[in-house]
Amino acid sequence: MDGFSQPPGSGGTVDKGQIMDQVKTQIALANAQELLQKMTDKCFKKCITKPGTSLASSEQKCVEMCMDRYMEAWNVVSKAYNAKLQMERNRLT
Amino acid sequence: MSFDSSPVGGQEGQIDPELRHFIEIESQKAKYQAQVHSFTDQCWDKCIDKPGSKLDSKTETCLVNCVGRFIDVSLTIANKFQKRLEQGGH
Repeated sequence: MDGFSQPPGSGGTVDKGQIMDQVKTQIALANAQELLQKMTDKCFKKCITKPGTSLASSEQKCVEMCMDRYMEAWNVVSKAYNAKLQMERNRLT
Repeated sequence: MSFDSSPVGGQEGQIDPELRHFIEIESQKAKYQAQVHSFTDQCWDKCIDKPGSKLDSKTETCLVNCVGRFIDVSLTIANKFQKRLEQGGH
């Protein structure tokens, strides 16, 4: 990058690439947190119907499976939504 | 805050066009992902009974249909709502 990068602590300017990397990282982090939170929510609901004194091995297995299925479902939904958007774009152009 | 140190690449108050473009694209991507989270949330409840060892094709079809129908409902309601506003508005 042309002339924007400066040694750290040399004033108010920040490297543009650095800002972009930070933005990308923050968004990825927020996305992962959202997924984690939803997955915990959904899998707790599905797998733990009667909370016992400890997490039973069958519950643990259920949670693990549920996690995989949730991520799979996320991908299926993402593909379907993307296809819909693409169709709309093609219709408009 | 002082204005003599110019912000990234631009003059006072102006955002570098490349950076502006980058932010626009990234925020669109973030919105898309947020929408996928919301769809998955709702369609999971509708389509998945007990999480099995894999997503069967029936469940997958249900998820795809769920996304499509949600969009249809949202468009239908937006259209009807707008018509009502036009009818009732002055």
